[in-house]
Amino acid sequence: MLRQYLPALLILVGVLVGWETAVRGFNVQGFILPAPSAIWRALTENWTVGYGIFPAARVTLIEALGGLAIGTLMGVVTAVVVSRFPRSRDTILPLAVAVNAIPIIAFAPLANSWFGALSLFSKMAIAAALVFFPIMINLLRGLTQVDGSALELMRSYAAGPSAVTVKLRIPNALPYFLTGLKIATTLSLIGAVVGEYFGGLTETLGRVVVAGASALRFDVTWSAILVVSVMGILMYLLVILLERALIPWHPSVRGERRA
Amino acid sequence: MTANDESVVSLSGVNKTFGAAAAATVALADISLEIRRGEFVSLIGPSGCGKSTLLRLIGDLTEPTSGTIRVNGKRAPQARLDRDYGMVFQAPVLFDWRTVEENVRLPLELFGQGKTAQATRTAEMLELVDLTDFARYRPYELSGGMQQRVAIARALAFSPSLLLMDEPFGALDEMTRERMNSEVLNIWQRTGITVVFVTHSIPEAVFLSTRVVVMSARPGRVTRLVDVDLPQPRGLATRESSRYFSLITEVREALRAGEGSAADGGVSSAERTAAEGGIG
Repeated sequence: MLRQYLPALLILVGVLVGWETAVRGFNVQGFILPAPSAIWRALTENWTVGYGIFPAARVTLIEALGGLAIGTLMGVVTAVVVSRFPRSRDTILPLAVAVNAIPIIAFAPLANSWFGALSLFSKMAIAAALVFFPIMINLLRGLTQVDGSALELMRSYAAGPSAVTVKLRIPNALPYFLTGLKIATTLSLIGAVVGEYFGGLTETLGRVVVAGASALRFDVTWSAILVVSVMGILMYLLVILLERALIPWHPSVRGERRA
Repeated sequence: MTANDESVVSLSGVNKTFGAAAAATVALADISLEIRRGEFVSLIGPSGCGKSTLLRLIGDLTEPTSGTIRVNGKRAPQARLDRDYGMVFQAPVLFDWRTVEENVRLPLELFGQGKTAQATRTAEMLELVDLTDFARYRPYELSGGMQQRVAIARALAFSPSLLLMDEPFGALDEMTRERMNSEVLNIWQRTGITVVFVTHSIPEAVFLSTRVVVMSARPGRVTRLVDVDLPQPRGLATRESSRYFSLITEVREALRAGEGSAADGGVSSAERTAAEGGIG
């Protein structure tokens, strides 16, 4: 495990050391690029007091998770309906593709006015809109891209559509769904943070990013970005744990054991 | 036409055409065939002769363009709904998300059997194909031959009266294939099930079958029925007997004769009459 990730870890440390040395050596101004040590200091000094990064992170995380849940639910329902009623495909899919082509982030100011800038839901709505498509399109592929022989096998058992869905389509779709979920975790954070840029509660990471930048406290801005990234990485790792639990049989997850 | 009690599969004047009128290809032309209870019948022929299509017609996985297909005296769709047959495909078609025993149990779950009955029957089936020790393995952890044994156990789990096998050992090496052949014969004798077996291997067809149905391509037709009178039980001695070799020659020549007529670009009605006379 350690050996596997050692190269990545070494590169990360190398970049940080190089960054720190370069900033000090060339005497780069803090408002252009703060040193890693300065970012870390800003983070610890503003964790609960000052800019209050920790309480802000908590709100942003709730928004992102809420949006992730809502968007995932919508994506799952849509994919199941389209796969179960193939004739609805030509109606629903073009609409979904069209909606996805709209730069949803541009709707952030509108979402604030629709759902209330102070409401967490206005940020969740943006996150959900971003999450919906990758979940829906991946899950739909998993539900419909089923081995023809497996379908014939089920037909030979005179299995009805719901039995085919439960015993074949859903297990077949799980790896696709989890791939969609990996993409969706990051998108949900992007949706939440960008939504926050356009106003609302002040105790959010998006507001910390904006406030830090406008006060030329770029060390604070960077530390907020760091926290968003760490949250994104943790959510991604959770999906990987979910993969190990749900699809231990899939080639991307399974270890080798042969009879 | 009413099928008699002993007839498990009864085909009469079956035609199968793929595609629309202008671009239509005739896959099967005027197939009539009776398969009696307890028979082991192989369908053999060049690729494109429609032998797999014929098997899928019997299993109601596809529908005939015309003609009647009866299984156990019922129309093929009804027989499928009654779960009268088990199917084994060329690929094992096992679900990786299920263990070996869960794969064997799949049809029993679908048919709503009780949990205890399911467990008992699954254990019996794994015993039958000698995979008891691998019950908790996943399909991808097994060799190709073992995977196909799981597929056979699954097909037999709900005690169908008919077993349909579509080139089940085509992907296996020669040694494994011979071992699987003996195992299938063993199962056939122990269960008394009727088997329809698609293959393109002449030795396999002769070794396994009580009757070999020789087919020709474009359009797929039955050109010859060869009764295989090799004594049971069959084993290594069978494979070395002179009768075995003479039957192999007979099937090979029948295949070649069918190929010849196809190469001439279709068969004249006079030739067809002659060929059909040869069957009777």
